[in-house]
Amino acid sequence: MTQAPAIELKGISKAFGPVQANKDISIRVMPGTIHGIIGENGAGKSTLMSILYGFYKADKGEIFIAGKKVQIPDSQAAIAAGIGMVFQHFKLVENFTVLENVVLGAEDSGLLRPSLARARRELKALADEYGLNVEPDALIEDIGVGMQQRVEILKALYRKADILILDEPTGVLTPAEADQLFRILERLKAEGKTIVLITHKLREIMDTTDTVSVMRRGEMTATVKTSETDPAHLAELMVGRKVLLRVEKAPAKVGATILEVKDLNVTDNKGVHRLKGINFHVKAGEILGIAGVAGNGQSELLEVLGGYEKGTGSITVNGQAIDLTGAHSDGQSRRARGIAHVPEDRQREGLIMDYTAWENTAFGYHHDAKYQRGIFMDNAAIKADTVEKMERFDVRPPDPKLAAKNFSGGNQQKIVLAREIERNPDLLLIGQPTRGVDIGAIEFIHQQIVALRDQGKAILLVSVELEEILSLSDRIAVMFDGKMMGERLPSETDEKELGLMMAGMTKGEAA
Amino acid sequence: MDVMPKWADVVLIPLISLLLAAILSALVILAIGESPMNALKIMVDGALGSTYGWGYTLYYATNFIFTGLAVSIAFHARMFNIGGEGQAMIGGLGVALVCMYVPWPHWSLALLGGTVAAALFGAAWAAIPAFLQAKRGSHIVITTIMFNFIAAALLNYLLIGALKPQGSMEPATGKFPEATHLPNLHDVLGFFGIEFSKAAPANITFFVAILACVAVWALIWRTKLGYEIRAFGHSESAAKYAGISPTKIIMVSMLISGGLAGMMAINNVQGEAERLVLNAVEGAGFIGIAVALMGRSHPFGVFLAAILFGFLYQGGAELALWTKIPREMIVVIQALVILFTGALDNMVRMPLERAFLAAKRRNKGAA
Repeated sequence: MTQAPAIELKGISKAFGPVQANKDISIRVMPGTIHGIIGENGAGKSTLMSILYGFYKADKGEIFIAGKKVQIPDSQAAIAAGIGMVFQHFKLVENFTVLENVVLGAEDSGLLRPSLARARRELKALADEYGLNVEPDALIEDIGVGMQQRVEILKALYRKADILILDEPTGVLTPAEADQLFRILERLKAEGKTIVLITHKLREIMDTTDTVSVMRRGEMTATVKTSETDPAHLAELMVGRKVLLRVEKAPAKVGATILEVKDLNVTDNKGVHRLKGINFHVKAGEILGIAGVAGNGQSELLEVLGGYEKGTGSITVNGQAIDLTGAHSDGQSRRARGIAHVPEDRQREGLIMDYTAWENTAFGYHHDAKYQRGIFMDNAAIKADTVEKMERFDVRPPDPKLAAKNFSGGNQQKIVLAREIERNPDLLLIGQPTRGVDIGAIEFIHQQIVALRDQGKAILLVSVELEEILSLSDRIAVMFDGKMMGERLPSETDEKELGLMMAGMTKGEAA
Repeated sequence: MDVMPKWADVVLIPLISLLLAAILSALVILAIGESPMNALKIMVDGALGSTYGWGYTLYYATNFIFTGLAVSIAFHARMFNIGGEGQAMIGGLGVALVCMYVPWPHWSLALLGGTVAAALFGAAWAAIPAFLQAKRGSHIVITTIMFNFIAAALLNYLLIGALKPQGSMEPATGKFPEATHLPNLHDVLGFFGIEFSKAAPANITFFVAILACVAVWALIWRTKLGYEIRAFGHSESAAKYAGISPTKIIMVSMLISGGLAGMMAINNVQGEAERLVLNAVEGAGFIGIAVALMGRSHPFGVFLAAILFGFLYQGGAELALWTKIPREMIVVIQALVILFTGALDNMVRMPLERAFLAAKRRNKGAA
């Protein structure tokens, strides 16, 4: 008789209001394997895992763990069933030590000391067994993101998890940290643990998993052996049509310098020095890609350029200095100088989620003469403009009266892109252009960025996705801890070198 | 996606909420040994049964329209202006000053002067909390409510001192000159040949209030400023990205809010009392919050909610007059209305949304 699956879901369905997040999903995860679940944003991966972990209750369907039917009404029940979850956003107490975080919620008794002593012994044993070394007395806020993730894994193992679910675990890691994580997962698998890896990155799936399930629009479209598939096929399964994974682009025709940044410094309102003397330039007709792990000053750089963070130093656009602190250091003045900005976080910055698509189309440009009629705004003109833009950028559904929050991530991004690109700016700032965007839309967005470059515009691209930086950029600069670590040409570098630079090491140090 | 048609959101939900509040109120009235049907009859007769009743209902409603609009416009910028009470008091001071010390030739000019003075004084009173919020981050709820007390104290001081006519024992100004007296609804409607009670206090300010509703609607939904105010209210971070100055929006929206609250004074001070008395606002500033909540910060909603609260106010007074039901009972009913339309909105909304969804599915299935 064959072994019972570690997890078996039968006919799971879940609806949120009108949205069918999961539709009759059945899946078998065999013990001692790494099982990938891949799908676009909003395909229902997280919902499915939340049902498994007891955050949501399924409308229909059954859950079997190791062949036994179980009810999982809350996360306590999930833990009792041997399921551990590592969330994309860690759930750690920043000012507690590693040990305290591991024990938190799993104390043996009212007294803390015996629990901590036992946890210390077990942590030692786990570290030896899986190579999960962490300093138990370090404070969470003092250790790096990769280490924090290890603490999350240790928390799950300490609670005797046999099944480990990881939700987009590499989103915040450097490539080297990600490699370490995958080595740890291999060890865990070798020791008989079952691992479910949720991701939207095809490469991770290909490199690490044994089996992969693809989700699309709430349905499980396929489950295949990883060795019997390839990225192009998986992408097709995810999107439902053939996709181009590479960006086609002609060599850059570089013109005059558009943006010149010299000795730029930014100190945020908490007094933290975010940018430490940054120098770079972007020329007409080229894309400068800025790589780096999130939180190393890229956001502040975009904010200063976009006019909503103060800085010192000098920035010139088309040879003319830009006001960094005074009355003209706001978004309106920047737009007037030919700078367009697709911000990193479209939901917090780029769009008003409760505004309709047409209202968002005027956002930031609502002073434009073409949108005015006397003392009133010319809503009809804005709507007509929106209809055109939606058509050119293939926004779906093409309904200008729909609120921004009701569009998918990719279509929201297209609304922002249409607004900024169609202004025909000299300089386009673009942050995380494809974060939370489905593969089908990624292709389109990349084409638009390259098309703007080919019209002779300067583009500053900030992304934490190395693949994106490598495939789009004409030059690549790496940021670490508020400083530029150096520049490379995409043809003369690779992910490994960039990864080291992103971790703050230069080539010499790494060798 | 929007699961409900708009009419259900705007009309059905408030109506059901009101019905629930009415049922609960009926139970309370039953509990104190009175007949709910009789109480309702007295309220309706008293508030809507005669032009005299209507005169009072519309008078109160006019107050509530101004304060409701004031709270609404601040809501759009995500500012909670709880200081309508104080701003209306100070607006009254402005009206009193221009009515007493400027020799107006005609009531129409006096109305204009009174309106400007009321708005300026109310706006000025809102300006300080707004500045503290914009520049210092002092929470607007705390500062505006403190300014209510300061306004009350200031009026107290002035009305027992500088503004009190010599020899008077009452903390009030003297009667305003004849030329500042505003025509009441009897005069206005009489002009068109419509009979209206002479004794009721509703006056031409009611039409100013309607104009204010239209103006606020146009401001919020048709101008750049309104667009920026709403954008800032929805998302401060996005507003900054777009180059909208938070300081400007906080200041401007609060100035408009304070001005609208102040404008209430042309109704109660210039129109009705024709002099400034202590506690002239009578809590209308706070009712404005409920009106704005119930009206969903939309001028038309505010208008309807203000009429409803005017009815509750006037009907409640009648109730106290003719039955053993105490005046405070009406406060309970108002509280229930606020509770159901504001705080318990989702209680009605969720089941209704589910019902609409089910209906939609069924239709789809049939099609």
